[in-house]
Parts: sequence; C-alpha cells; structure tokens
Amino acid sequence: MNFPSDLKYAKSDEWVRIDGNTAVVGLSDYAQDALNDIVYVELPEVGDTFEKGAVFGSVESVKAASDIYLPVAGKVLEVNTRLEDEPELINSDPYGDGWLLKIELTSEADTSDLMSADDYAAYCEDR
Amino acid sequence: MDAPQTIEKTNALEPLIYEISTPGRIGVNLPKCDVPESDLPTELMRDDLKLPEVSEMQVVRHFVRLSQLNHAIDTGFYPLGSCTMKYNPKINEDMARLPGFALLHPLTDTAGTQGALALMYDLQTWLAEIAGFAGVSLVPAAGAQGEFAGILMIRKYHLDRGDAQRTKILVPNSAHGTNPATVTMAGMEVIELPSDSDGNVDLDALKTVCTGELANQIAGMMITVPSTLGLFESHILEVVEAVHEAGGLMYMDGANMNALMGVVKPGELGFDVMHYNLHKTFSTPHGGGGPGCGAVGVAERLMDYRPGPVVEIIEPDDDAPLYGLVEPPKTIGKLKAFWGNFGMHIRAYAYIRAYGASGLKDVTRHAVLNANYVRAMLKDTYHLPYPRICGHEFVMEGRFSDVEDIHALDISKRLMDYGIHPPTNYFPLIVKEALLIEPTETETKQTLDEFINVMKTIAREAHETPDLLHEAPHVTPVRRLDEVKAAKQLVLCCAPVMKSH
Repeated sequence: MNFPSDLKYAKSDEWVRIDGNTAVVGLSDYAQDALNDIVYVELPEVGDTFEKGAVFGSVESVKAASDIYLPVAGKVLEVNTRLEDEPELINSDPYGDGWLLKIELTSEADTSDLMSADDYAAYCEDR
Repeated sequence: MDAPQTIEKTNALEPLIYEISTPGRIGVNLPKCDVPESDLPTELMRDDLKLPEVSEMQVVRHFVRLSQLNHAIDTGFYPLGSCTMKYNPKINEDMARLPGFALLHPLTDTAGTQGALALMYDLQTWLAEIAGFAGVSLVPAAGAQGEFAGILMIRKYHLDRGDAQRTKILVPNSAHGTNPATVTMAGMEVIELPSDSDGNVDLDALKTVCTGELANQIAGMMITVPSTLGLFESHILEVVEAVHEAGGLMYMDGANMNALMGVVKPGELGFDVMHYNLHKTFSTPHGGGGPGCGAVGVAERLMDYRPGPVVEIIEPDDDAPLYGLVEPPKTIGKLKAFWGNFGMHIRAYAYIRAYGASGLKDVTRHAVLNANYVRAMLKDTYHLPYPRICGHEFVMEGRFSDVEDIHALDISKRLMDYGIHPPTNYFPLIVKEALLIEPTETETKQTLDEFINVMKTIAREAHETPDLLHEAPHVTPVRRLDEVKAAKQLVLCCAPVMKSH
C-alpha cells in the first residue's frame, strides 16, 4: 500500500492535498483496493459547496457502492471529468490521474481529525 | 470428493432467439377477431417492430435449453445468504393453478370472489398471528416495496400528530442496502449507527443519538433481526425502548424471519411495523421465478395507515361471513394495481396450511440448526469474524492469512465447478471478503456434509493450486465473466440481430 507523506487522510479513506486556500481530494490506495474495480463515480457540480464531512459523491465498484465524504469544507472549483469514462483511473493512480475534486477552502481548513500517512497506514493495518 | 479439473465447455451456448429467426415463419395463428376493430392512435403505430419469427417447437427448445444452462434450487444446493432461497414445494404450484384461482379476473365483483377474499383474509390473519401484529396488508409487491410502505406509514403517523420535524431514520451499518434506499425514497434522512464488536447495534451510540439534540427529529429505526450477520440482536428490547422513548417508531426488516417464525413474535418485542418476504420465508418463488410479495404487518397505532385494499369481513355471519376489499381510513394509498400479487398469496397460504403451527416452528428450528451445523464444521477452516451461535445464516471470511490473493470471489466461482450456487459475497459490507451462507431447512445432512467437504477441498486448493481458483469456474457453460465490462457497458435490451442473408 502506498500512502504519500504529503497528504492528509480521513477515517473514511479520502485523502486531501492542501495548497494555500485550495485543496485536491481523492480516494486512498486502501479504499481503491478494498473497493476493487471501480465502474462508476458520481461527482458534484463546479460551484457546489459542502460542509466538512458532507457526502459529495459516490463511487461504485463491482463489489459495492459507497458514499464519499469531503475531508475539509470547501467550494468545488473543478471535478475530474476524465473519471466519467475512465473511473478505473482511481484504481490505477489514486493520487494522480484518479483525483476527484479541486476545491477552494471556505474557511481555514480544520485538519485536526485527519491523519498523517504513518498514522493512516497503521489505521489501515488494524482493519 | 474429486475436483472437476478439465477445462472444457460442457454445454454449447444457446443462440439468441433472434438468431434462429426466419422471415415469414409463424408459430401461432391467432383466431379471427370477433369484436369490431377500432383504429389504434397513429402516433403509437410503427412498422419496424422486429419480433423473432420462430415455430412453436423452436420456442420450446430454446427456452428449455436456456433453463438447462441455469442453476436453480430445483437442480442444486443454493446457500445464498440474506435471500432465503428455500425450496418451493410443488403443492403450492398445484394450488395456484386451480382454475377458480388462476382464471379469476381481478375486476370480478365481490360476490364472485368470496373464496379468493377468504383466502386473503385468512393469510392476513395468520401472518399477523405469526409476527404478533394487529393487522396486515398483502399489497406490497416485494420486500423493498414493503419497506417503502412501512416508512411511509411511520411518516404519515408523525405528520398526523403534528410531528412534521421527525424526518430521520436510524439504520445500523449492517443493514440491507434497501433500508437506506427506502428512507431516501420516502424523502427522509438516514442516521447510520455503528455495530459493536459482537455484531450488535452499538447501544451507546444509539442512546447518544436518542437522547441528544436530534432526538425530536427521529421518526424511527429500521433494523433487521436477526441482522445480516445472521446474529440475533442481543439487546433488542433496549434498542426498541431507546427509540420509543425518543418518540420514534420501530421498523423491522423481516427478510430474516426464517430464523424467528413460530419462535419469536416481533410485535411482542415492541416493533410497530414489519414486512414479510413471502418469497423468502413462505416459500413462494424468488428471483426470476417471482413476482414477490412484501406484505406488511403493523401494530395497533398504524392499522389505519396500511396500504389498501385490505380484506375485511363486511357482513359478519358465523357460517358464511361476507368478505370485502376495504381502504383503511388514513391509508398511505395505492402501491400497486389491483390487489397485490394474488398468486403469491395462494402459495404462501398453501405453505402455512401444509405445515401448520408446529410445522412452521420446526422449519425455523431446522433452518437455525442447519446453519449452525455448517458454521461449526467450517470454523477451523475459514475465519469467522463473529464466532457466536447464529440464526438461519452466518458470515465467514473468504480469505486466508497465509495465502496471498485469494478472494471471496475466487472461492465463490470455484464452488460453481462443484455444482453449488455461490453464497452471497461481499455482503454485509462490514465484513472483509464476506461469504454469507444460508443453507435453509430443507437440505439433508448429506447435502450439508457434501457442501462442507467441498468448502474444505477448496480451502486446500487455495493453498496448493491457487490458480485453480483464480481461473474458476472451469466447467460451467461460460467461464468467468467480465464484471467490470458488464457494469460499464450496459446493454439492457437485446437488439434484434437479423442475419444479412
């Protein structure tokens, strides 16, 4: 399992890369592996705003359908439209081409409940 | 048992019926029209309606061959947990085909349908008695529609009391996927509850919600008993009490009644509403053999809200009461055309009559005994995440700590090579690589032992010849299907394939 150290991770298996007042959000390597082959992703519209922890979309694999939660509050600047036709990018490159959303932080990012790569790796190990 | 290892097709695949079509061939000559013809609206007329042109013999052979490619409860063991694929006794089919029932038109007047209405009335009464409820509606056409009816009744009950802010339904994370879907369909919101380490609802989490700031928004709770882990909720009375004290109503998903029938009455546990799956517990055909029936049972306070019509005695008489179809006064309304899936009512009625009260209790006891026997015999071979006495089904993990890359899916596919339908896999979601196994009550000890041996053989193969699992199934009409492609490239109807010659 690969958990890049420059990211923060949520208990619900999303990652966030914060850069100034914007952030990129995706699903972790653990999440894509647990879901298995992803066949469909539902993402919000550009301009939608979400509270921290809100459901902003869903992901479907051959095994299950799951909600996706936003690790920090924000307004959607961009969605990864490639996922419409190639949802498998989440499986093959969860931290790169498989990103989900770019958001503008609507307040100072509250990351107190998010985990470092090491802590997240330990959290996944115990599951 | 010897494992079938040859990799060869045992059956040639059947072509599509369009592929055996020949222009001009006619299977059936329709009788001459004996009523005046009227013109159809032109906007509905088309001249490109491509139907297969085949003889009666071709149709018979085509569908018989297709049925022979299928695996069914009548051809092999079918331990599909959460779905209760129990044997459908043939006497049920005989009864449903009696001409007085089979040829009855749904719009026949009450005087001409007293027998059918008496049957529905008795079935309502017996189902109410079995689950400890005040009354039943047979209308819902499936389990999910029964859930929908139940949640709409709860919603209307609160609205009638001026409790419009009660829009939230508690759902444990082990629930059937239909439970949260039902809540959303009814325009309400889900509050998900965690499970504790024994597989019960986390009682502390429940009490926190029920006494917290959301308490007066709680409309109710949906819970499956036994849970989808096959486990009886040990604190069920405390769960019911906590939700009732918060002002919510209790909905029981009755999909797993095969572990309770004749032994536990949900109404006596305090549930306000429940759906029965006649196509599971009461042996009416299931899956493609349906349609289903998701009858709902309710406690006294929801009687007036039942989906209509229900059958009541409209003119009492000791010898020959008059039965009629009645709309409950505050009914949530129509869910289905006519009177529900009446053919299923007949089959469930026949099933209950055939077994009687003590027989139904035996059904439950044997279902639970069979599940626990298989569980105990496999517990040293497969990991059981919840090693407790189970109900009618149990969950184990389809993976091994000492073999990389063997998944529940591989084990499931390999089972097909041994002529056994795979159990439900990857559900419930809270168990990794879940295999949910429900043998049902009608299987002999010999069949259970054969299944146990096959599961042990597959575990050995997983260690010694894992590719046998990865490449399974080997002897089915088609090999492993591409599930990703099937999910992404939806072809939902068969386009006519006309040969160019």
